[in-house]
Amino acid sequence: MSKLTSRLLPTGRFWVISAPYLWLFLFFLLPFAIVLKISFSEAAIAIPPYQPLLEYAEQSLSIAINLGNYIFLSEDSLYYAAYLGSLKIALFSTLICLALGYPMAYAITRAPRDKQLIYLLLIMMPTWTAILIRVYAWMGILSTNGLLNSTLMWAGLIDSPLQILNTDTAVYIGVVYAYLPFMILPLYANLIKHDDTLLEAAMDLGAGKIKAFWKITVPLSRSGIIAGSMLVFIPVVGEFVVPELLGGPETLMIGRVLWQEFFNNRDWPVASALAIVMLALLLIPIILFHYNQSRAMERNA
Amino acid sequence: MNRRPAFSTAMLWLGLVFLYLPMVILVIYSFNASRLVTVWGGWSIHWYIGLLDNTGLMSAVKRSLQIAFFTATAAVALGTLAAFAMTRIKRFRGRTLFSGLVTAPLVMPEVITGLSLLLLFVAMAQAVGWPAERGMVTIWIAHTTFATSYVAIVVSSRLGEIDQSVEEAALDLGCPPWKTFLQITVPMIAPSIAAGWLLAFSLSLDDLVLASFVSGPGATTLPMEVFSSVRLGVKPEINAIASVILLAVALCTLLAWLIVRSADRRARNPNASS
Amino acid sequence: MVGAAGAMKQAMAKAKPDEFVKIERISKRFDDALAVDDVSLTVNRGEIFALLGGSGSGKSTLLRMLAGFERPSEGRVLLDGQDLTDLPPHQRPINMMFQSYALFPHMTVEQNIAFGLKQDRMSKAEIKDRVAEMLKLVRMSEYARRKPHQLSGGQRQRVALARSLAKSPKLLLLDEPMGALDKKLRSQMQLELVEIIERVGVTCIMVTHDQEEAMTMAQRIAIMHQGWIAQVGTPMDIYESPASRHVAEFVGSVNIFEGELTVDMEDHAIIECPKLDRPIYIGHGISTRAEDRHTIFALRPEKVWVSPDKPDQEYNWAHGEVHDIAYLGGHSVYYIKLDSGLIVQAFFANSERRMPRMTWDDKVYISWENDSGVVLPS
Repeated sequence: MSKLTSRLLPTGRFWVISAPYLWLFLFFLLPFAIVLKISFSEAAIAIPPYQPLLEYAEQSLSIAINLGNYIFLSEDSLYYAAYLGSLKIALFSTLICLALGYPMAYAITRAPRDKQLIYLLLIMMPTWTAILIRVYAWMGILSTNGLLNSTLMWAGLIDSPLQILNTDTAVYIGVVYAYLPFMILPLYANLIKHDDTLLEAAMDLGAGKIKAFWKITVPLSRSGIIAGSMLVFIPVVGEFVVPELLGGPETLMIGRVLWQEFFNNRDWPVASALAIVMLALLLIPIILFHYNQSRAMERNA
Repeated sequence: MNRRPAFSTAMLWLGLVFLYLPMVILVIYSFNASRLVTVWGGWSIHWYIGLLDNTGLMSAVKRSLQIAFFTATAAVALGTLAAFAMTRIKRFRGRTLFSGLVTAPLVMPEVITGLSLLLLFVAMAQAVGWPAERGMVTIWIAHTTFATSYVAIVVSSRLGEIDQSVEEAALDLGCPPWKTFLQITVPMIAPSIAAGWLLAFSLSLDDLVLASFVSGPGATTLPMEVFSSVRLGVKPEINAIASVILLAVALCTLLAWLIVRSADRRARNPNASS
Repeated sequence: MVGAAGAMKQAMAKAKPDEFVKIERISKRFDDALAVDDVSLTVNRGEIFALLGGSGSGKSTLLRMLAGFERPSEGRVLLDGQDLTDLPPHQRPINMMFQSYALFPHMTVEQNIAFGLKQDRMSKAEIKDRVAEMLKLVRMSEYARRKPHQLSGGQRQRVALARSLAKSPKLLLLDEPMGALDKKLRSQMQLELVEIIERVGVTCIMVTHDQEEAMTMAQRIAIMHQGWIAQVGTPMDIYESPASRHVAEFVGSVNIFEGELTVDMEDHAIIECPKLDRPIYIGHGISTRAEDRHTIFALRPEKVWVSPDKPDQEYNWAHGEVHDIAYLGGHSVYYIKLDSGLIVQAFFANSERRMPRMTWDDKVYISWENDSGVVLPS
């Protein structure tokens, strides 16, 4: 097929590839180079608020590479704590999503075919809704005089309202709530392709139901687990909305810190340096995700 | 094997309750007559009527809808081409980079994408004088970039399912490739293109972070407007606008689902060959 | 059943040998694997020609190179004197019926058949007439407005055939034409397809893995194996005079005996086979190179006689017992275990109902006539 299209369509083929290629190159890849560049420059009170890296002065091109931003990051424990906090929250949220999402995805695959579509629709619909609104919904529930506290107090379980909003607990609730569907969908896509006769064969050969599940179903769903986990882990590391609205002042997540550096402090070079370090941290998960995806896609093609 | 596993089914229902309960509560409270968001003061549509008078909000809604429309259209065009390139053209220069560029925006944290695009626009404005002013066009570019990836994923999974010999048959009968793509391939993947369009539309409508970075003065989108109020706490007006957005998205999703389901039905129609 | 029709057709084909399709030293390499390895073939005008082989034999790749979907790594394809090698599929005067039929799901039967004609910018009236004619040819006129998913498998096949014949291609390609049909429908559709193709008079190359299908439909068959052509011939040639052990084993069942050629005269030859009680006698000479005496003798199961009585001939028999029996209705297959341990298959026509038959562990003799078997190059 490759040769076919290639031969038939020297010009058409060129455009099919180059239109999306150019767009993504220009508006996705190239910007990273600029972020990298600016992360090496110095902040200034100007428009834009940084010193140019290349200076054409006195007929000679001088390149001022300035590692100051990175040194600044390494010296301030705030950033260190923010990266660590992000990774910790992302890791535990991923595990919680996996623990909740796997049985849910599994239950959907076991449902009758026409019901599966309805369940999937129900899982998918929240992902199409603004994360902002879904997180906002929790603000009303979790606040000190919110619905959760009033219910608990009415039931007599607690005497005084619990402080949930503006804590890490609220962040976990919000993140799991927002990202659970992204775990379920790839798991479902993987589990639905499993051949039921494999489980029957395992049980026929004497494995119990639970053992068959752990020895057959779970290993075979590896690529779904990877895809789901990466779809949760990577964006959560850079998450901004959830910690901003549900987290407290001590909830340090890098997305929020970056936002503050950029919008509040207007320090573009430090924000750039923060982004570059975050990208470096996420490089391995992103490559893992991409490798997993393209293998799945090749199996499709 | 047909017996439904009790544990996972219970988890499924609990999970669905977890996903929907907060939204249901939000919608109920949007009809609360009381200004105090935690006290129930009886039913009222007061806050919905108030929305219509909020001109700032209404212009943000209009702007968001426009951006979402153009984003969905551009993302469908680019995403379909990208999906076609990835599933039908097995070998070309830079294919690895290309597929990386298509999948990476799916997971890339929005703060990174947003920051990098803003810096690009600033650099471009310095170098070539465009975009002189950031606003709807820059938001549209940012949204199109990440929505393209979603469309490409949706469309490529459909392209992978269809029988390629149908396309070959058209070529075999003398139809040139570009015409085959338009007359044979596109009608066969039409449901997923429609679903992709709706997905891109709602992604654009929902986005806060990218828009905040690349927007300029005066170009406030609906999520930006909502966010600036939400930061200050829960307010009944916000409950109302959030409920409207929920309803709109629910309708979009339902529409997409109906399209996909009818296509699924057609595909599963009695196939003597299977 | 197996080749009578083919032999007749072959006689007709011989009357006007007119080289129409010429495949010249064609090869196809995928990455490092050689799918088609230096194949040359000639197909005559008006002939139905089959490429027969197992999966991975390169037959489909060869067909796709004829259609233009794959570009040969080396070699050329000529059709009626015109070099097609560099033409894309939509510019070739060749049409193909796909294994899955590949009907356009969003078009009616009529629109499917008209699709190719529209590409030629024919007038509406001409297209209408041609579509009606094709629908009549395949007896589908009353289904013109149906969509493909409303048709049965056999009906879809007829639409696919009509669609590929509508443009009056110079060459018709059939990719596993019966692959998507169930077994009962196959034999009926095989004859119907041949009838339509012969009525139209189009030259046809088909690909199949089913030898019965190839023998029923085609006038000549090329057996493909690992990318090259093992033998080309009429169905009878291929069955009765296989060129190699591989061909003999691929087409039908066969018993293989290995031995030493001890006598090789003008009018007869004798092979000593250690696994048989008596030597093999052949009623003609074998011109082999004198130094290589090792010989393979192939004997079809239907040519083996099984009897409880000792044959009164000097050569061509052996003693054994009935090891296993497979009752297949029309005939049974007897597996006779010779005293040497070798197992020989023999077909036994069940021409009478419930006649007394040999059964398990019976002591029997197998025997065959002088010209029943074939000597193959070792």
